[in-house]
Amino acid sequence: MKCKTEDGGWSPYLAGAMVGLLAIASVYATTQWMGKSNYLGASTTFVRAAGLLERTVAPDRVAANQYFTKEKVRVDWQFMLVLGIFLGALISSATDKSLKLESVPPTWEKRFGPSIGKRAVGAFLGGIVAMVGARMADGCPSGHGLSGMMQLSVSSFVALAMFFIVGVLVAALVYGRRSS
Amino acid sequence: MSTDQLLGLITGVLFGFLLQKGRVLRFEKQVGAMLLKDMTIFKFMLSAILVGMVGVNLLTDAGIISSGHKPMNLGAVLLGGALFGTGWAVMGFCPGTSIGALGEGRWHALFAIAGMVAGAALYAELYPFFKSTVLAWKDFGKIGLPEALGVSPWVIIPFFWAGTMSLFFWFEKKGL
Repeated sequence: MKCKTEDGGWSPYLAGAMVGLLAIASVYATTQWMGKSNYLGASTTFVRAAGLLERTVAPDRVAANQYFTKEKVRVDWQFMLVLGIFLGALISSATDKSLKLESVPPTWEKRFGPSIGKRAVGAFLGGIVAMVGARMADGCPSGHGLSGMMQLSVSSFVALAMFFIVGVLVAALVYGRRSS
Repeated sequence: MSTDQLLGLITGVLFGFLLQKGRVLRFEKQVGAMLLKDMTIFKFMLSAILVGMVGVNLLTDAGIISSGHKPMNLGAVLLGGALFGTGWAVMGFCPGTSIGALGEGRWHALFAIAGMVAGAALYAELYPFFKSTVLAWKDFGKIGLPEALGVSPWVIIPFFWAGTMSLFFWFEKKGL
């Protein structure tokens, strides 16, 4: 097992194991300093971001919405964590020269051509469907996939299986099975 | 910035750094896994779970942290999981990795992020409807596998380790 990949990245086993340590440290730190055990997650932040944006044009609508009230529209621990992911990825990629501007990924281009417009529509619509699903299932590959699996949550085993099985089926339909 | 926010930011920077170093943020890696060609994201995710599982269960047993199972609401997890899988395949990112992908210059992730914010707003609008339909179907509550099976987590964890390690050897043998 190599510790480095050809492009200067780290072995996914190594980087993943370090995320495991980070997850343990994080739940310990949040329990100590915030009085509540917080687990890594990302998708609730999109609800809060939507609420913050919607509040600028329709504050009454946000205040009256049951779901926004339940999830509390504010810049909390997880919101900052998600912003931190951006910064961490920027620092890492800028310092190992893997930062690259990409408008259309190769697998997409092979199937749908180099049009940025098509990619934009696909990513936007995919984003809507995925987020409705993540909020319904109450988690994404971070909240269910990492945090829930670590805790051996029944819902997370089922959710992750659904994510992947349906993902495989839809990817085969969308990108086509290519022989390699 | 409050302590909560600062703690979140520091954790997030480390998380994003490791996600980028593991090269799991990219569309190619996410869709590569779904096309069963490149298992990098599973190597990363399962390694994190293997390590995290031991620490989290030790700390929970010691009464230092509390567990936070998400509810096993059958309709929500099945239908929500299927919708997520569908969107994930087309978008090529998940919520956390879309933000990271933007950080490493893959700017088309912006469209995915915009879509997910719109999706969250849509979910908030539809929440009363879902609450009386799919969410009301059958809720088993916040259950863990050990309680469901009536065994200690330390019975399950060795099996999980053994199964996952076998999977890793298989990935390496097949060059996935």
